[in-house]
Amino acid sequence: MTYLAKPKLLAADAPRNALGYTRRDYEGAISTLCAGCGHDSISAAVVQACFDLDIEPHKVAKLSGIGCSSKTPDYFLGNSHGFNSVHGRMPSVLTGAALANRNLLYLGVSGDGDSASIGIGQFAHAMRRGVNMTYIVENNGVYGLTKGQFSATADKGSKSKKGVINSDNPIDLAALALQLGATYVARSFSGDKEQLVPLIKGALRHGGPAFIDVISPCVTFNNHSGSTKSYDYVREHNAAVNRIDVILPKAQIEASYPPGSLRRVVQHDGSILHLRKVGVDYDPSDRIGAMNHLQERQALGEIVTGLLYVDSSGQDMHTHLNTVEKPLNQLGDAYLCPGSKALEALNAMLR
Amino acid sequence: MTTPAIQHTNDFVIKFANVNGSGSASANELFARAIIRMGVPVAPRNIFPSNIQGLPTWYEVRVSEAGWLGARGGCDMMVAMNPQTWDRDLAAIDRGGYLFYDSTKPLPPSKFREDITVLGIPLTAMCNAEYEDARQRQLFKNIMYVGALIALLDMEFAAAEQLIVDRYRGKDQLIKANVNALRLGYDYARQHLPCPIGLRVKRADAVGDRIMIDGNSACGLGAVFGGATVAGWYPITPSTSVIEAFSSYCRKFRTDPDNGRARYAIVQAEDELASIGMVIGAGWNGARAFTATSGPGISLMQEFFGLAYFAEIPAVIVDVQRGSPSTGMPTRTQQSDLLNCAYASHGDTRHVLLFPQDAYECFSLTAQAFDLAERLQTPVFVMSDLDIGMNDQLCAPFDWDDSRRYDRGKLMTYDELEAGKDFGRYLDVDGDGIPYRTIPGTHPTRGAYFTRGTTRNPYAKYSEVGTDYVYNMERLRRKFNTAKDLVPAPILTKAEQPTHVGVIYYGSTAPAMAEASALLAADGIHVDTLRVRGFPFSDAVMQFIAERDAVFVVEQNESAQLRTLLVNEGEIDPKKLVRVLHYDGSPITARFIAGKIADALNDRKVSPIGQPQRKVAS
Repeated sequence: MTYLAKPKLLAADAPRNALGYTRRDYEGAISTLCAGCGHDSISAAVVQACFDLDIEPHKVAKLSGIGCSSKTPDYFLGNSHGFNSVHGRMPSVLTGAALANRNLLYLGVSGDGDSASIGIGQFAHAMRRGVNMTYIVENNGVYGLTKGQFSATADKGSKSKKGVINSDNPIDLAALALQLGATYVARSFSGDKEQLVPLIKGALRHGGPAFIDVISPCVTFNNHSGSTKSYDYVREHNAAVNRIDVILPKAQIEASYPPGSLRRVVQHDGSILHLRKVGVDYDPSDRIGAMNHLQERQALGEIVTGLLYVDSSGQDMHTHLNTVEKPLNQLGDAYLCPGSKALEALNAMLR
Repeated sequence: MTTPAIQHTNDFVIKFANVNGSGSASANELFARAIIRMGVPVAPRNIFPSNIQGLPTWYEVRVSEAGWLGARGGCDMMVAMNPQTWDRDLAAIDRGGYLFYDSTKPLPPSKFREDITVLGIPLTAMCNAEYEDARQRQLFKNIMYVGALIALLDMEFAAAEQLIVDRYRGKDQLIKANVNALRLGYDYARQHLPCPIGLRVKRADAVGDRIMIDGNSACGLGAVFGGATVAGWYPITPSTSVIEAFSSYCRKFRTDPDNGRARYAIVQAEDELASIGMVIGAGWNGARAFTATSGPGISLMQEFFGLAYFAEIPAVIVDVQRGSPSTGMPTRTQQSDLLNCAYASHGDTRHVLLFPQDAYECFSLTAQAFDLAERLQTPVFVMSDLDIGMNDQLCAPFDWDDSRRYDRGKLMTYDELEAGKDFGRYLDVDGDGIPYRTIPGTHPTRGAYFTRGTTRNPYAKYSEVGTDYVYNMERLRRKFNTAKDLVPAPILTKAEQPTHVGVIYYGSTAPAMAEASALLAADGIHVDTLRVRGFPFSDAVMQFIAERDAVFVVEQNESAQLRTLLVNEGEIDPKKLVRVLHYDGSPITARFIAGKIADALNDRKVSPIGQPQRKVAS
């Protein structure tokens, strides 16, 4: 709950990761969201993922737009710089930040209003551009801060708390991300930590635009009967295509799986994704197949979750721009300013 | 012919009427540069439509040994190469002027005027005889008329020839073909026309070490020298060539010699919102970043300007102003974005503006803008316009002091954080209103903060407490006052004789204003002038107004925007500031300014005055 301060003292035996940090070192300010909000579970998953991956907190930049979801970066990674920017414009701010320093991890947090309504243009173009980032949409189909209006991801026919039936077609951000060139596309559910944490870990270790659509019920405005983004509805209609484990390059653990049930994907940075088959025979390297699968299952009313697509070739915006390895924000005067001699030569050409 | 033909040496205006996309631009530029090579200053200007091909376009060259580089108005000679605009081009020629045209197709006498000298050359016929290829016929026709003009105006053929050699160095075929076309035009005119005519160019020594370049290229170069590494942009006339120049100078100066990789990043965004978003993201993350845009783009960026102002993030915006509102006159000049930039965004915002007068200042002020943006941690606007942005112009050669280091402003370092120095992101520690900032990634456990557009306390913690908000707003006000002495100081030019009348002007009005002062002085009207170069206004600006009885404010917009800023920021009595406003899309002229000032003084009976020499509103 929001009014309870976190205890300052830490248990002496709190687990520490390879950097010597505890989970507490990855936490942030106390959440001001409603008790039971799906977004808080996502924040906890981000904390867990960063702790597990031994990420140095100050090497992460967390950016967001405006809305309930966009407030959450204040509630995790308190030792990371954060930027709560303009409604729907997080992707451009993140893009600029990523241009300035290619060596940080960029975590973009947005909501369905922020990304699918006001910010759909920036969402689309950041995907196209291949920005190296983890882009999480905390998707509850509703505007929380302004009290319950439908967002653009609300399903047609779903019912608002006030009883209004949504007549507009929904935007499927995961499907869009697939079409627009994201190289890591997943969907998950805030109520399924087992699935979500590894998906975030895989995204953080992915070199390129990674997008995760996380269905995250709004307990206050969209958790009633007739909503297609409620805890009950998502649990009943969740159709996972796989479960993943993220293995860091240094770890030598090889879990044993039944033959034929495991797909192994080595990402550009050496991290390994173990994808365990769940039910259907699903190929996450087939972009067209993924798009088809999403559409087919959605038509049946199912919510497809899991790692939908991954391309581990590691191409990103900086590759396309052919920028130097050293972050642009660390280049000194001597690397940037051509100096007076160059200017004199230029003057001579202009006479 | 009863009207005597105009006789002027090194002081006339020649206008070229062309069809857009016909390749005339480079021939016309050759003509202008050939005159400069003869040591005579010229001020060329493009007047072009918002179109790529087929519509009329004009190129005006003012030849002025006296060095007046503003638009003059009027036309002593018309090179009428566009049948579509023939009638208006013919009408535009001053009495006693000259008409040069392609005489291949005979025209009835009704298509000419009695009071001008008509000079016809069968250019099309000559080109058809000389060239097989249609495109060559078109391109070389342009070079051919330049050759004819060289003969008519008594110019040095060798100066133009040398320019061609310089331009196409290493491409001998091109040099040969161009010089040949130039020679054909030259010889034909010498044989068939009364060369030279009354308008002449005579070698002088009035150019000095000046260079010729357009302001947008200079802004792009200034951004390279100013250390910009990130540019987010969206194409919009007339600013696009700022980024094109930045890109080209970056390739030249910022390509890593070891591996060919880029020490810069340029991203063409999906719109202006995204371009300024990228700039702000990069600035937040410690890179020097900028965008270039024009009025409509400035409008779209408003919300982000407010964020950058309130969250205190450095950003540089080059605004190449054009005719507004709405789509307005996209290819015509104005100074009409001042208010929209000075107070951009909702709430109580104020922004730093710089006003370059020419390409030299486009370079120097753009470079300086990056220091100011980081020192003040705020958006800084370079207020250029189409007139100086897109026209080649003579200006002082660029210079750079190699001992100069970029001013990164108040950045708290790893060592300071490690040593336990108190870090309050929005804390004013020394009274100048500017807080310290940290760049993401500086220290593992100290100095991280959460940037937001919402209210926070001095330690960047979310706050809805009124006193925190007021502390912040008062600090921002102090910061803005600090900026007064950091922006470039105004330039005062005292009249030859003591006067109580002052004139304030800025930006591209500068050359016309200098000439207007001379015109007025010749008629016994003396004015002190002050060229404002930055906003917020320094105390010197307010002092200038306080010390004079009447102050004219010369602007190229309809609503007297700088005057509004002066009244508002300086609490000046509006009656004291007299509007001189020019806003038809053409560059302001000395004749216009002098005429308006003389008339107003006459009306006010401020002092015994005569009328200016040439009281012609252009």
